[in-house]
Amino acid sequence: MLGKMVSVEQALSKLDHGQSFLIGGFLNVGTPEMLVSGILEKELKDLEIIGNDSGFPDRGVGELIANKRVRKVVATHIGTNPETGKQMHSGETEVVLVPQGTLAEQIRAGGAGLGGVLTATGIGTVVEKDKQVIEVDGKKFLLEKPITADVALIKAYKADKYGNLVYRKAARNFNPIMATAGKLVIAEAEEIVEAIDPDEVMTPGVFVDMVVRGEE
Amino acid sequence: MDKKQRREIIVKRIAKEFKDGDVVNLGIGMPTMVANYIPEEIDIVLQSENGFVGLGSAPMEGDEDKDLTNAGGQPVTIRKGGAFFDSATSFTIIRGGHVDATVLGALEVDEKGNLANWMIPGKMVPGMGGAMDLVSGAKKVILAMEHVSKDGSPKILKKCSLPLTAAEEVDLIVTDMAVIKVTEKGLLLKEIAFNTTVEEVQKNTQAKLIIDEDLKTFGE
Repeated sequence: MLGKMVSVEQALSKLDHGQSFLIGGFLNVGTPEMLVSGILEKELKDLEIIGNDSGFPDRGVGELIANKRVRKVVATHIGTNPETGKQMHSGETEVVLVPQGTLAEQIRAGGAGLGGVLTATGIGTVVEKDKQVIEVDGKKFLLEKPITADVALIKAYKADKYGNLVYRKAARNFNPIMATAGKLVIAEAEEIVEAIDPDEVMTPGVFVDMVVRGEE
Repeated sequence: MDKKQRREIIVKRIAKEFKDGDVVNLGIGMPTMVANYIPEEIDIVLQSENGFVGLGSAPMEGDEDKDLTNAGGQPVTIRKGGAFFDSATSFTIIRGGHVDATVLGALEVDEKGNLANWMIPGKMVPGMGGAMDLVSGAKKVILAMEHVSKDGSPKILKKCSLPLTAAEEVDLIVTDMAVIKVTEKGLLLKEIAFNTTVEEVQKNTQAKLIIDEDLKTFGE
């Protein structure tokens, strides 16, 4: 087996304008910053990015927005990046705000091949708009549809050549769920080892297409 | 009283609401301060929606860990017995009813227990983050809020005017003037601050208050 290790250049060569990206991280903790910088340098544009938040204007995913590479943002929170709000109000960028638990479950559903999830979150609020309300045993739920993307960019702490991943502390967040829901899944790891103990694997390598070495 | 003193009265009172062993999620800002006033004999487990339980205090300067922050991005620590997990598990805890109480701020709340705290159309649209999930999923929703807005207008209304975070989910409202329980009959005034009167509280509240027969004072 040749393994899933590739160079950053090889990984970036698979990416294109207009693609949708699931990008792991929570306020830049657990964001694959090297891959995101690669997208910026490659001058990819017209992108859709899906993630917890839109980061900060000068770091991580926020930089893609500040540099106007993004056509659509799906996030739970954009307050830390004023540029996102500005582009939303001017109509330059489409912004879809989603409750955090709903986003996690939509991506999980996408990765798991489910038709969506039913949740009470958002009932009686603007989140309900244009969505199907389904009653189960007298309780109202919203049908939230699955989310997948062309590419998932994942940040791991440790990876092996089989693509198995281990995350560290609160840097796990959306990464393991997103690793299941990209057509192409690229993981950036701080450390590469020969083989991770199967009992310790957090994301099985079957979900992961490529592994690149990131910075520590 | 200045803003700091008003906030202290609020968070000190909320800190008395928990039982030993409760799983609690504290929102960013004033709610975070509640952790500093939990009675010594009570041990609560703090949940952080970015993916762990056992949220501890801020680290000493120089001991910050790039992979360990709270949901607001500030460096924190994790306590013995804590655990990390992914966002789906984090919201399984929140939406599955495994959080005993959440404390959140409010822009507006009304007599039905409707809460608005995530956006002001045309002005401030930061996004709801995990607030909608917390308010609809936690067993008990406690609001930590100043009784009136900066211009003195009531924030406890007959009906919220701003977009809602969740409908009819608030259980308890704690302000610098009052402790109010949301009941099916309306807002029940349980306690008033030591430095105010029932009349003052009602004057600063748009919704009609039902006065508890066993009205107490707090904040001395």
